[in-house]
Amino acid sequence: MIEVIDLCKSFGQLEVLRHVNMRVAEGEVVCIIGPSGSGKSTLLRCLNLLEQPTGGEVIIDGVSLMDKKTNINEVRQKVGMVFQLFNLFPHKTALENITMGPIKVKRMSKQAAEELGRTLLAKVGLSDKADVYPHQLSGGQQQRVAIARALAMQPKVMLFDEPTSALDPEMVGEVLAVMKDLAREGMTMVVVTHEMGFAREVGDRVIFLDEGRIVEEGKPHEIFSQPREERTRAFLSKIL
Amino acid sequence: METVIRTFPVLLVGAGITLGITLISVANGCVLGLIAGLARLSKRRFLSFLATCYVDFFRGTPLLVQILIVYFGIPYLLDALQKYLMAHYGIPRLFSSTDIPRFWAAVLACSLNSGAYIAEIFRAGVQSIERGQMEAARSLGMTHSQAMRYVILPQAFRRIIPPLGNEFIAMLKDTSLLSVIGFEELLRRGQLIVGETFAVFEIYITVAFLYLIMTLSFSRLVDYTERRLKTRDRSY
Repeated sequence: MIEVIDLCKSFGQLEVLRHVNMRVAEGEVVCIIGPSGSGKSTLLRCLNLLEQPTGGEVIIDGVSLMDKKTNINEVRQKVGMVFQLFNLFPHKTALENITMGPIKVKRMSKQAAEELGRTLLAKVGLSDKADVYPHQLSGGQQQRVAIARALAMQPKVMLFDEPTSALDPEMVGEVLAVMKDLAREGMTMVVVTHEMGFAREVGDRVIFLDEGRIVEEGKPHEIFSQPREERTRAFLSKIL
Repeated sequence: METVIRTFPVLLVGAGITLGITLISVANGCVLGLIAGLARLSKRRFLSFLATCYVDFFRGTPLLVQILIVYFGIPYLLDALQKYLMAHYGIPRLFSSTDIPRFWAAVLACSLNSGAYIAEIFRAGVQSIERGQMEAARSLGMTHSQAMRYVILPQAFRRIIPPLGNEFIAMLKDTSLLSVIGFEELLRRGQLIVGETFAVFEIYITVAFLYLIMTLSFSRLVDYTERRLKTRDRSY
């Protein structure tokens, strides 16, 4: 579903990603962990070209993102993204946030989009919040609306960029629960996270990134209980 | 006092003309400003360069000078050009007179000036929207212009209402400069009445008072909308 080959990204002199190779199969849940500044978010953002890679190749569902002829807007419809700071549209209600993509991008009728929107709101447990504006919602609720907004485009892949980092602790659970449901339904997911519990429980694979390189990857229980690399051990000992 | 009462209707019409020319200029300025503001943000270097030249020129030179250039300078230039084309290429004159009517000169000068200020207001408004908004919109598959139109601009418009109101008030006062080309707005009408009646103090204080009524009522309106927008969108 996702193939990353020799991906490099520099901001000026600063090399953020150094020759990253990664594959994500359909239905797989891959968690990317690592210290801050390791390039986790940048890697994720290269997968829908919110960051333009400096070198290498990214292939999503058979389509090369680095090919000049590729229409990135079409690829992005297949790749949903959830942001750390939710980035809901503050001038739109929860339902309008969800229906905007289908209506404007997919040219879906308003009625069909609203039906889809209400189904998705129900799925994230917010049926009663359809007509509420983002600022009237708690952080956890906002993030759940943001997940529903991304799902409204019926993507094949979902990218999560530290989706619970900006939340109060008591709201983390509700967002992770929604993500677990998604994973169970077979959604292909790439999750940048500090939630090791989630990575262990839901992840099919964990990738440890440090200084722009993949240091180690494997099944969650392998990485968490018997990390092979010293750096992985050092990182995990600090956070577990 | 008698003079004031007698001439008050004349001044009142002048106030109406001042208000009218301000409304027209700021309306034109909004269109020009939106175009120039977005052009300044454009990735196309040439476009943003052109817009920067426009904005810098009209913000960096006095409106009084701009009015004089439009009213006296442009007709002179056009006339010289016609003479040159006639003399060297035998192209007949297109206009028998290149004079610009006062009203149009006034509209042109004030609109161009207002457009430059409003371009900066628009630019600041668009730039004040968090980057995440554009990213969220693009991640849904929207094009850059769709994201601008449905996500960025609607939010930016709300934020620019207060500075736009201030621009309107500034322009309302600055239209008094149009008196130098004899455009009969409020101040010019006052000057003409003073010329006849010599009631210098009474007339000018009345003129000032009329400006004050207009600016104060408008700034109240801006305050009110600002407060209403704030209570509605506490989150921004």
